[in-house]
Amino acid sequence: MTQATNLPRVLITEAAMDVVDTLRKRFGTDLMFHQSGGCCDGSSPMCFEKGDFKVGTNDIWMGKVYGCDFFMSADQFEYWKHTELTLDVTPGRGSSFSIEIPMGIRFLIRSRLFTMEEFENLILTKTGEEVLEEN
Amino acid sequence: MTTLTLSEAKPVERPHIKEKYDHFIGGKWVAPSSGEYFDNISPIDGKVFSKAARGNKADIEKALDAAHAAFPSWSKTSVAVRSKLLNKIADVIEENLEMLARIETIDNGKALRETRAADLPLVIDHFRYFAGVIRADESTISEHDEHTVSIALHEPLGVVAQIIPWNFPLLMATWKIAPALAAGCCTVVKPAEQTPTSIMVLMELIGDILPPGVLNVVTGFGVEAGKPLASSNRVAKVSFTGETTTGRLIMQYASENLVPVTMELGGKSPNIFMKSVADADDDFFDKAVEGAVLFALNQGEVCTCPSRILVHEDIYDVFMERVIARTKAIKMGHPLAEDTMMGAQASNDQFEKILSYLDIGKQEGAEALCGGDKASLNSGLENGYYIQPTIFKGHNKMRIFQEEIFGPVVSVTTFKTTEEAIAIANDTMYGLGAGLWSRDAHELYQVPRAILAGRVWVNCYHAYPAHAPFGGYKKSGFGRENHLMMLNHYRQTKNMLISYDKKKLGFF
Repeated sequence: MTQATNLPRVLITEAAMDVVDTLRKRFGTDLMFHQSGGCCDGSSPMCFEKGDFKVGTNDIWMGKVYGCDFFMSADQFEYWKHTELTLDVTPGRGSSFSIEIPMGIRFLIRSRLFTMEEFENLILTKTGEEVLEEN
Repeated sequence: MTTLTLSEAKPVERPHIKEKYDHFIGGKWVAPSSGEYFDNISPIDGKVFSKAARGNKADIEKALDAAHAAFPSWSKTSVAVRSKLLNKIADVIEENLEMLARIETIDNGKALRETRAADLPLVIDHFRYFAGVIRADESTISEHDEHTVSIALHEPLGVVAQIIPWNFPLLMATWKIAPALAAGCCTVVKPAEQTPTSIMVLMELIGDILPPGVLNVVTGFGVEAGKPLASSNRVAKVSFTGETTTGRLIMQYASENLVPVTMELGGKSPNIFMKSVADADDDFFDKAVEGAVLFALNQGEVCTCPSRILVHEDIYDVFMERVIARTKAIKMGHPLAEDTMMGAQASNDQFEKILSYLDIGKQEGAEALCGGDKASLNSGLENGYYIQPTIFKGHNKMRIFQEEIFGPVVSVTTFKTTEEAIAIANDTMYGLGAGLWSRDAHELYQVPRAILAGRVWVNCYHAYPAHAPFGGYKKSGFGRENHLMMLNHYRQTKNMLISYDKKKLGFF
């Protein structure tokens, strides 16, 4: 039996895909996500027009989700790396500069622990700087 | 399954709230240039209770015009007058405390006993504090030699941008507005989109106290109103309270304009209970138990929420038994009922996020010692956002120990030695608050010094008196609010270097 490799770290629900499509059309551009840390609207994924949020050597690229680069700060990734993330959406009045908020909805992360076998076969991460150099 | 302790009192009457509120710009109520308003939903019942103006770049520009027009005169207004006006604002708020407390509860969802006893009294005192300290404020002068004098004089920065969170809408606005006005700055304030109403009711009361344009409030969404404000090249400073990604984005804008920022970001505050806490079953032990249960204050929606309990393993059983019992006794119910101890989470997305953390906590193997689920309340509260106060037992590498949940959820773990307690306490990205509880005089000094956090409460927690500087270490931000040192975050220094020597240098 061949073992699956390059497993994604971030998945997305159909409802969230619809929102990404709507936002792409509205802004006429590709999008990106950066997972936020603490405080009021923290621990939530932030959606921006691609390139609007500057990533660097201390950000981790966790892969593409539905065509969008997904980043997290490196120190936060240390605590999150053993969990599979699913990008979902919920009704609600979030704050912050995430671009879906005026639609009355908020992106949300649901999490699941990877199995040990999955954990050893995940896609390789890169730094934000490496991703910028490739583009 | 779980039995909740419920409030028994009837909710108090709701004050009159207008159907919609405009922006407050240049001393006037100004309709949004888009003509659009957005719903403000009360977390109490999930129902729309008012609408807020949907601000955009054009509205922000209008507010910046008004602020710039007001600045030349406001910056030269004497401290005596500025102080008098800040005191007058405090007096008017005090006269309207009950009404404002009720509206804050409707807007945010927190229990009335908190808005009455904490939010509003602290707002009033904070305006008085800054009214007071500027009267005693002095610049410095130094004599470099007998002919050379250096004067270091404070001058206000100019027009500033202030972005307010939703967890203490009026209090956090006051923490920013009062020092800025005291320092002689004019401000454009952008309240959070979840809580845009209480500050507008406040502006109806205090709007005509200040000269037009000194204090402007524009409501709207972050991407539509917050972004043009934070990125404007017409602001001299940006002050922000919120989460790390938006904090970085605001710093990115500020770097383009080369303006300073202050940031109050997240936390994952440790609350450490040393072995001596349980030396006696007395008032102090009882106080320490309450100190652990303070994670539920404001439904846990506080950047300094003591969301990690670190307790010495020898006293774990005796201490946690009491903490669990006290947590189970928290009365939930209608936030406007006078006996309700814990109200609703501020919005549906927060509610959903907290539930997602309860899920990951269980998946990671943490044990729910109490709570662990939403709270289903009835009598009209079915669609409100209520979560049971929850205690998880686990270890510090779990995500529930590392991420700010911003809900009534605390994670408890044990330690064997003081060194281990300090290591666990500091094993976090954040450094905003911390608590240390002990009867040992040496620990009371040494442990707080070893904790990398801007505020360490020693044998107390969640007190926020004016004149105790508040702000973060590490990824919790920088700048110190709630203290006169905040004045210097809104001022720059004019140095006049004066020669009283008539003789030339002799170089040329």
